[in-house]
Formats: sequence, C-alpha cells, structure tokens
Amino acid sequence: MERKLCKIAIASGKGGTGKTTLSVSLYQQLKDRFEGKIQLVDCDVEEPNDLLFFSSAKLISSRPVYQLIPEIDTGKCNFCRKCADYCEFNAIVVIPPAGFAEVNSSLCHSCGACLIACDQGAITEHPVSIGDISTYQSEAGDNLAEGKLKIGSAMQTMLIKELKKEDTAGLDMVIYDAPPGTSCPVVATVSDADYVVLVTEPTLFGLHDFKLMVELMRELKIPFGTVVNKAGLGDEEVYNYIRKEKIELLGKIPFNRDFASKYAKANLFSDIPGNILENLKKVADRIVDVICNEIEIPA
Amino acid sequence: MVFLKRGKQMKTVITATGNNFESPFDRRFGRAAWFCVYDDQNQEVTFHENGFADAGNGAGTKAAEKMVELKIGKVISGDFGPKAKDLLDKFEIQMVILQEDDIAVGDIIKRMQK
Repeated sequence: MERKLCKIAIASGKGGTGKTTLSVSLYQQLKDRFEGKIQLVDCDVEEPNDLLFFSSAKLISSRPVYQLIPEIDTGKCNFCRKCADYCEFNAIVVIPPAGFAEVNSSLCHSCGACLIACDQGAITEHPVSIGDISTYQSEAGDNLAEGKLKIGSAMQTMLIKELKKEDTAGLDMVIYDAPPGTSCPVVATVSDADYVVLVTEPTLFGLHDFKLMVELMRELKIPFGTVVNKAGLGDEEVYNYIRKEKIELLGKIPFNRDFASKYAKANLFSDIPGNILENLKKVADRIVDVICNEIEIPA
Repeated sequence: MVFLKRGKQMKTVITATGNNFESPFDRRFGRAAWFCVYDDQNQEVTFHENGFADAGNGAGTKAAEKMVELKIGKVISGDFGPKAKDLLDKFEIQMVILQEDDIAVGDIIKRMQK
C-alpha cells in the first residue's frame, strides 16, 4: 500500500528553546520505530546546523537556487519612477535628474511588479544565486536535506519553499527543523505540515513566544502539540497556559547540564540521560502511533 | 566632526525627530522622522518629512535617494547603514557622523555657522 508522505515540523518561536535538539533526537527515535524512510530537513536556512550531529553523513547532491533580479537599462528608461512606486520593498532607486536607475538586489524579493510597471521595456531579469540546497546520507541510514542561504540574502522564504520541492520519492516521513520566530520563513516551513511540535521552555520569554506560536498554529489551522524543554527551570506559568489552552503536552525534557554539554559537542546519539531518553521515546511514540495513523487531530 | 571647506557652498541635511529648531537631533538616518535642510549660501532652513521613516524595507535607500533629489552635499546623522552609505558615496554626498544625544538641530546649525 502506498503511504502518504507524513510531514512533521518542529518549531518554537523563541530561539534557543531546543528545536535542533528535538529535531535531531526525534529523527533518531523515529528512525528506530517507524517502518518507512524518514528525512530530516533543516529549514533554518540562515544557520543550518542539523548536519553537525551526523559526522559520517556524506554529500549526495547539491544545487544552487536562483532568484531573478531585475536590471534597468538606463538607455531605455524614461525615469518615470513607476517601477520604484510599484516596488513594495523599496528596492529600486530612480533619480531622474541624475539619470540614475538601479535595483538593490539585497532588497529585491523578485515579485516581478516592476516588470509590469515599466512600459518602456527597460527592465529585464537576471538570475542571482541566493544559496544552495544539499542532501546527505550516512551508512547508518541517515537521510538529510538542508538549505543554506547566502550571507546577505533576504530570500529565506524562497529558499525554504525550494527546499521543500526537493524530491521526496521513496520517503514516508519528513521532519522539518524550523527557523526561530513566527515570521515568513517559519510560516513557509510549517504551512504544509501535517503536525507541528512546538518546543517551549518554562521561562518568561519562552512562554511569550510560545503564545505567539500557538496563535499562529490556530490561524493556520495546523494540528500541534508541545514539548517543554529545560523542564525544572523557571516557573509553572507555561504549564498553566498549556492546561488552560487545552494543548497536548507530548513530553517534558528535564534540564540537564550534561545533556547540554553533549549537545555542544554535537553528540546527541549516545549516553543520553535516562529521563531525557524516556521522554524522547514518549514523544516519538505519540507521533508514530497517533499522528501518522489517525491524521485527523483537532487543532 | 568634519568641517566644511571655507568658501564651498552647499546644502546640509541634519536628521531630526521633529520639524523645528528645538527638535532633538535624530541619530538614525533612514528612520529619521524629518530632514532639516540648511543652506549655507543664504542661511535658509527648511524641513522635509521622511515619508519612508516607517517603511518595512529600504528606508535608508529611499532616504539617500531623497538626499540626491534635494541636491544635498552633506548629511549629519548618528550613523549610516550600508545600503544608504553605498548610494551616498556614489553621489559624493559627504556623511558626517555625530554621536551626541540631547542636542537640538538648531544647536547643530549654530555650530556650523561659527
């Protein structure tokens, strides 16, 4: 029987709550108990780091991603400024008396509005690389994909969308490690997920950004549950909120200095403290047993 | 602070939080609320509102564009972002960084007149 590709996203709102820790650990757990083939997709294209945890993974494929940047031919331009007015991103500078018309590629989002604005045929588009998409595999059966944005590019969302277009033939499940925050790149990452695991922490900032994330999930109507990382730190507020909002608490990862130091050494696969491993297994079980089989989960 | 060469006439912009002499100096360039234009040829002062102060992107670029349109020779502000700096450089507009708080635009003009 052909199985539908199951998409799980790990997101958090606040940075540093444990998206990567949970993504990498869950990937490992799911690989052990899920029958199909799973890929870990690092969507944090500004600073992808999942690969660091898979030291034996080898590069399988790599391709550049281009955005189309308009170029203005000042020989044809009549300096009417219509293109600059159309540009939502203020990427076009036109200074009529100076005969100057230029597109700032770092501000351009390749929306194409300027091409429609120009009735002089003075604008043409040229491809400019915004980053790379690479896939990796290891002998242990690890399967990874990552997007790496070029420094200075503001095209995170476009690169994430391209990353998601990578060939998923033969895969049964993908785990998207989302970028931090609640803005466009995060929306691009979680928008087509079947289920989102929101990582939070019992701190004031953790709770603040978690609330934003919960609002986003409800707006997008995506089913989600939460994992409290660094449990034992901070206060009870995040748990009160989870209860009040009737959010499913998938598990708690107790705060453990040794575990943090293992993360810092890029080792999340051996000698995991018992109570952490237990919770990771619990979350993985829940994902396998319910999310991929039942599909319909009320948000 | 860099001073004008004697005898050279030009218009200077001082970034301002408001539209009068008492308005505090705004240390931001692209995000400044107002541009105070001082013409040292006739000592005339005019204020131009920055329509892109709250723009999502490209405020600095648009502010720099405005400087060229207004034929400004020198801008006094707290700092300049890389995109604004590129454009101002291209049009040979002098950038003067003034790292002072609690100073009114009128006081900066007085200093320039000395």
